[in-house]
Amino acid sequence: MKYVYDAIIVGAGGAGLYAALEASAGAKTAVLSKLHPLRSHTGAAQGGIGAALGNLEEDKPEWHAFDTIKGGDYLADQNAVKILVEGAVEAVYHLENMGLPFSRTADGKIDQRRFGGHTRNFGEAPVMRACYAADRTGHMILQTLYQQCIKNGVHFFDEYIVMEVLIENGKCNGLVVLELATGELHTFQAKAVLFATGGFGRMYKTTSNAYANTGDGPALLARAGVPLMDMEFFQFHPTGIYGMGILITEAVRGEGGILLNRNGERFMEEYAPTLVDLAPRDMVSRAILTEIRKGNGIRGDKKIDDFVYLDASRIGREAIGKKIPDIAGFCATYLGIDIAEKPIPVQPTAHYAMGGIPTDTQGRVLRDASGAVYEGLYAAGECACVSVHGANRLGTNSLVDLIVFGKRSGREMAGFVKDAGFGPMPVSAEDGAREKLGRLADGKKGRPAWELGESMRETMMEKVGVNRTEEGMREALSILRTLREEFGEVRIAEKQGEFNTELSGVLELENLLDLACLTAASAERRTESRGAHMREDFPERNDGEWLYHSLIWLDGGKYRMDRKSVDISIFKPKPRTY
Amino acid sequence: MEITLKIKRFIAKKGKESFYQEYRLEADPNDRLLDALVFVQTHLDGSLGFRKSCAHGVCGSDAMIVNGTERLACKTLIKDLVGAAASAESRTITVEPLQNLPVMKDLIVDQTRFFENFRAVKPFFISDTLPAKGERTQSIEERAKYDDATKCILCAACYSSCPVIRGKNPDFIGPAAIVNAARFIFDGRDTGFKDRLPALDDPNGVWPCENHFNCTKVCPREIKVTKNINMSKKAITDFKENGSTL
Repeated sequence: MKYVYDAIIVGAGGAGLYAALEASAGAKTAVLSKLHPLRSHTGAAQGGIGAALGNLEEDKPEWHAFDTIKGGDYLADQNAVKILVEGAVEAVYHLENMGLPFSRTADGKIDQRRFGGHTRNFGEAPVMRACYAADRTGHMILQTLYQQCIKNGVHFFDEYIVMEVLIENGKCNGLVVLELATGELHTFQAKAVLFATGGFGRMYKTTSNAYANTGDGPALLARAGVPLMDMEFFQFHPTGIYGMGILITEAVRGEGGILLNRNGERFMEEYAPTLVDLAPRDMVSRAILTEIRKGNGIRGDKKIDDFVYLDASRIGREAIGKKIPDIAGFCATYLGIDIAEKPIPVQPTAHYAMGGIPTDTQGRVLRDASGAVYEGLYAAGECACVSVHGANRLGTNSLVDLIVFGKRSGREMAGFVKDAGFGPMPVSAEDGAREKLGRLADGKKGRPAWELGESMRETMMEKVGVNRTEEGMREALSILRTLREEFGEVRIAEKQGEFNTELSGVLELENLLDLACLTAASAERRTESRGAHMREDFPERNDGEWLYHSLIWLDGGKYRMDRKSVDISIFKPKPRTY
Repeated sequence: MEITLKIKRFIAKKGKESFYQEYRLEADPNDRLLDALVFVQTHLDGSLGFRKSCAHGVCGSDAMIVNGTERLACKTLIKDLVGAAASAESRTITVEPLQNLPVMKDLIVDQTRFFENFRAVKPFFISDTLPAKGERTQSIEERAKYDDATKCILCAACYSSCPVIRGKNPDFIGPAAIVNAARFIFDGRDTGFKDRLPALDDPNGVWPCENHFNCTKVCPREIKVTKNINMSKKAITDFKENGSTL
């Protein structure tokens, strides 16, 4: 079938839903999501949404901006960060006004708690900035936004998978889409398309990310010739459940939990004297791995997959029940432990993509380092790179990012489509997708997709993880390139169109392989350490040579790269210590 | 250890009967049932269809019937299902799709009716006022009143378990819809009780509930579902008797 809309949003998490609320107010809008919207990964976010409301302690957006910029190791575009932190306050109030059930202070205001990297007075001490709803803040946000979409009659296409984006002469004209329920292909013509497809942690073996987080937006755009930005910066959250990747929110440390090594030492005192366990995530993950290397992991065998303990017992049973009940639930279900008594085994876990589709502060996708934009093409949320998170994201800033930039891009789209026309749709728009589907189901003897997936995930975890080396990254890129080629040999056994989840899994694998290659290539190129990108061969930050965003094009496997300037107009880059 | 998954297979379009297919695989006792299903699909039989996403019990994608009871596959550990005994039978796990909804393929059900019922109760914040600035205030006690109902992830386990829907009234809007209405009824900031009344105070609204408690037993979020339904019934009765809207 052929569908026509003014504006189409791909992805129905926090950013996509907020953009939909804005866009649908003024334009004929549809939201396409490969999952039912309520299954989106925004719902897994736990700890809080950061905004300088100052409900419990004095706070200012300016301090929030400084923390974010320093947290990003000075790679964030500071003008964009200013928009983020100022928009944050308004965003949180708006969410509450839409009914979001925040946890409350004794005088009935939105409650706030401490979180990693968030300080008062430019780094003096931790500040209570994270507005939260128990440890289900993301769930509440996702539900509230979806509820509002229902109220406003937003049009959804649930379980539709975008296979191709149609861009011609710098203008986005539409999409080729697979309907999961039937296996049929459809074309969606639009004046404007926004990608809000989330992250891509599934490149890695141990990840907090849902199975669905396969970077479909960035991968499709990369294959359509769009550059991606800052792909080398992938955050490893320090506390995922050992062996499972299930996230244990930073809020546990915000409420008083501490990290301990096998000797019962609170080792973060050594690595971050001021913020200790509430240092930014990249630093804590590195500290954990350093301890493991020294033999201080709980197993003590110095292997990369050893773990440490997160002790939440000092928070007290009552406070645990009120503030972090879901965490207590995860640990009871999956580990059989009572966190009021026993420590939680945790390890660094692939968590968040700071890089992705480059945009300006209106959500418009950039064509190159000059700042030129595509027409009718937008991105928001984790899949976008504005950049507000720079080289490392602070906790609670992603939920803010979704709301602030989801809203801005939705509004921008609505304005754009008023005067825009439709572009041409190629007569044979579906041919490419049809050919791919045909090849996958042609019955030839193929490579099992799971083999390629497993190899990719292990390679990325070992060689493009928390600690990187030149040799490791080069090896990784070589392996990943080969896997990407071998993908051509993958075939699916299930030929039925209806709900072919084997097919959708294989399409997702293709997206992950492209993004893994781009990540490894970008990482190898950046010969410095900054934020989440840590190299043993270049352990220092090198502003002189590297205070730039990196842009990378797939370019038929050549991985052409360029540099884009960073806005550092507010706070001068300084050494990053806590 | 070796386990057997006995999974109910069916494709709506093919028009054939459903059947059970058995798969043998190695599983660690601490594995999730979802891990085993993923292994089957990626290594043994790509045609097996099921939904999944977060893999840790917060998204609601993988609700299904496991050994006769509604559960989330990602929150169910193998060791909770199979006995230590050596018998093949004690290590066989039966997996079937949710009930009360049409099966589209294998473990994937058509959720349309479920979500239509959800939408029918106007599950969104309704208020005729806005605070002058900032947030509305709400006391900790007020907030606690509806906390339970905010946990719902719309997984449909409760809807599947309801014997009233299955045996008596397939048009009963079901537990989840009512819980999501209760979330707003008992939220002091919301003023939309009357807007939701038509859907709730209806022969297919709250009244068909017979207190079987199946929903409460199977809710993976441990929401007191039946209690929320009864509280809603009382709120409606109170309103009709003396006009109070909480």
